[in-house]
Amino acid sequence: MDFLKVKNITMQFGGLFAVQDVDFYVNRGEIVSLIGPNGAGKTTIFNMLTGVYQITSGTMEFEGQKLEGKTPQEIVELGISRTFQNLRLFQKMRVIENVLVGTHIRTKYNFFDGLFRTKAFREEEAKNTYKAIEILKSIGLENYMNSYVESLPYGEQRKVEIARAIATDAKLLLLDEPAAGMNPSESEDLLRFIKSLKDKGFTILMIEHDMNVVMNISDRIYVLDHGKMIAHGLPDEIANDKRVIEAYLGGERKHAKNRKS
Amino acid sequence: MQTLLGTLVNGIALGMAYALIAVGYSMVFGIIRLINFAHGAMYAFGAYMVYFFVSLKVGLLPSIIISILLSGILALLIDKVALEPLRKKKSLPIATLITTVGMSFIIQNFLSIEYIFTSEKKGFPSLNLFDSITIGNVTIQSSQLLMFAVALVLLGVLSLIVYKTKIGLAMRATEQNMKAANLMGINVNFVISFTFFIGGATAAIAAALISGYYQVISPTMGSLIGLKAFSAAVVGGIGILYGSVVGGLVVGVAECLAAQYLGSNVRDPMAFVILIIILIIKPTGLFGKKGISKV
Amino acid sequence: MSRISETIKTKGLLFTVERFFDRYKWVIAIVFGILAVSVPFLGLSRSMMRLLVMIGLYSMLGMGLNILVGYTGQVSLGHAGFYAIGAYVCALLQVDAGVNFWVALIAGGIFSGLVGLLLGLPTLRLSGTYLSIVTLGFGEVVQMILKQWDSVTYGNYGVRNIPKPELFGFTFNQQNGGFYIIILVLTTLTAIGCYLLRNSKTGRAFVAIKEDELAATMMGIKTSRYKILAFVLSAFVTGIAGGFYSVINNGYIEPTNFTFNISILIMSVVIVGGLGTIRGMFFGSAILMLFPEVFRFLNEWRFVIYGLLLVLMMRFRPQGALGWQSTLPYRLTKETKKLLENSKAAADTNDMK
Repeated sequence: MDFLKVKNITMQFGGLFAVQDVDFYVNRGEIVSLIGPNGAGKTTIFNMLTGVYQITSGTMEFEGQKLEGKTPQEIVELGISRTFQNLRLFQKMRVIENVLVGTHIRTKYNFFDGLFRTKAFREEEAKNTYKAIEILKSIGLENYMNSYVESLPYGEQRKVEIARAIATDAKLLLLDEPAAGMNPSESEDLLRFIKSLKDKGFTILMIEHDMNVVMNISDRIYVLDHGKMIAHGLPDEIANDKRVIEAYLGGERKHAKNRKS
Repeated sequence: MQTLLGTLVNGIALGMAYALIAVGYSMVFGIIRLINFAHGAMYAFGAYMVYFFVSLKVGLLPSIIISILLSGILALLIDKVALEPLRKKKSLPIATLITTVGMSFIIQNFLSIEYIFTSEKKGFPSLNLFDSITIGNVTIQSSQLLMFAVALVLLGVLSLIVYKTKIGLAMRATEQNMKAANLMGINVNFVISFTFFIGGATAAIAAALISGYYQVISPTMGSLIGLKAFSAAVVGGIGILYGSVVGGLVVGVAECLAAQYLGSNVRDPMAFVILIIILIIKPTGLFGKKGISKV
Repeated sequence: MSRISETIKTKGLLFTVERFFDRYKWVIAIVFGILAVSVPFLGLSRSMMRLLVMIGLYSMLGMGLNILVGYTGQVSLGHAGFYAIGAYVCALLQVDAGVNFWVALIAGGIFSGLVGLLLGLPTLRLSGTYLSIVTLGFGEVVQMILKQWDSVTYGNYGVRNIPKPELFGFTFNQQNGGFYIIILVLTTLTAIGCYLLRNSKTGRAFVAIKEDELAATMMGIKTSRYKILAFVLSAFVTGIAGGFYSVINNGYIEPTNFTFNISILIMSVVIVGGLGTIRGMFFGSAILMLFPEVFRFLNEWRFVIYGLLLVLMMRFRPQGALGWQSTLPYRLTKETKKLLENSKAAADTNDMK
């Protein structure tokens, strides 16, 4: 069974096509990167996959299940979780609480269990808290466990968001610019961490601008420009693809050619 | 027993008065996205200023003009002193809301203090400057005609300001996107203060007209009518001028009809009943537009 | 002692006071608890006891509103409506149907909770400002219904001759401290309930919704369900408080007991005391109930000062008097600590191998 298969998806806002006839797929255990200039529609695709936008047309299948028409909560339940380009953490909650919110969807006890502190509550709450702490340890954030998110440096906050997404027991992680705002040593750390996630069995679809990260860990790369997929392949292929270079540099090479003659 | 037509006439006159107050709410809300609960208190303040200057033997019209200026300045001060610091601090909306509630308490209770104006009702000079007109068995008082006429003119003037002047353009830009307007060189704080001034001024005009009809004022006169007018603004579509007019008329007419045929207890909450219905069916109001939010 | 003066010098008096409270919060709570329980035996004056009962009542009202506003971030300016519903249902069941107080009290809470459900459902799509207006309208509409539906509610006349609560032959009233005992039990139960709620998945979901509703949705939280739950719980607690009020107000209640000003008073308790905290509700209630007494000499200027208090609080201490974030580490349950110990032990054994 295919893991994630997306065919001919289109997102139309009024007269504007944010995403047009896009195809891509992700195999289990891969790290796939989605790159492209700003405004290309990459985050829009994430929003389409996670149910924030209801797609105009096309099909999206995850482990055989249709994604179109589902609510965001249903999609999280299926095993897809995400981070955000502009960080959407619960600022006034502690780091550990943020990650615990991630465990919400898998938590079985109900409101009355919480109120009366039943055995079901106590066991599951302990299990979830333990899991949250372990996740924080694996990402190097255990010293920040009790801190309020708003007091954390930006780079650490991005990591908390990833920890929160992992806590949902997702099979497919959608990371939206995880390395944004990180210095070279931080992005090296991140690179290693994402690789470790792959080793742990996670599948990752990543939007990223940091080419060092993209080229070093991606199994495959898709390139998006003005809402359309313009290239797809292995990192080496993409690095030398004329269309990709043009898309990022805006056709400067063409001009350079004309000037020479 | 009033006829249907008579009730409608009252409703329309009342509706235009609500529209005048609603416009103040609407403009301020449009620009800072927050309800100014103190607006009703400024309405009361406006009425009392007229009363005060008239009792000092200043003529009726000059008193009204002074009241308009003072109310506008008071509104402006409320923004500058209480609300602007909160904007700078990026406070939660609820903090601003409570601040405006606190402001309205201060103003209203100040007016009702024993040696200021006391909490008793006071007589207000009548604005029935001419004889009433009688058509069939419907009597229209001249103060009602005045309400209607002045409201219409004022709303026309406001539309002109908002849609045809430079400051109006600045207001509309600030309404759409405060940050961008700031970056384009618009002095956003000035625009906001100006909007508040207009809000206060229109509240005072409305106060003079309505008090001239009922001929009675009290310190708490602003609270209920303020809330009703706000409902009218939301019903029509907050931030939209002509929406306030339509909303005001809808609420005014509905209120008079309800009072006539369902009893006086139903009069006051009528505005809210309509408000709740509209918010459930079309939250942006009758003429409001929806925005698309980006994730 | 010198450490305290060090901290005051470097980080300020407020910071030091807050840290002190955080560190000794359970001690302080126990001290207050002991004080509270010993009150009926202290031979306090009638007016003092009355004041304490009111403080208790408004603490409960504050806690009820806090669930909606403090935890879940949904503004309500019409909570007097739920207060009234709880009071009227409790009173009418006793007066018209001879139901005993305790059953009527719960019934009032449940009915109020159901109305909370009805109000919460259509307002799901409304945010902040619009929601506050609808709730305000709700409060006004409830008042209108109370005045208008006189065949059931006795209209403007109100409900009279509401009996005092009884249990095993003991009649609870103001003089014998009975009212105080009831409200003490009610507030304690409510406070415990709120604390347990906040430290569970429900409480975290509430706060997540307040902080970032979209992110909460994207983490799989069914935000609509939780917003409605917040409304229902908030209305239930407020309704119970209303039921209590119906028997302590000299045996009668009328529509004018539940005006917009009361809604604002409840909101003030929450905001002044400390949005989102339980201790803030008690403190805010104490401040606002003591306020008219302490400032009685100011006569009419009292209410001007009240307005000024609100404005100044929002400007200089918007989180409320006791509304600071706790600096204590997140409390781990016994079971969690055990799991952590076990895994550490397992890791240590592995290291040794």
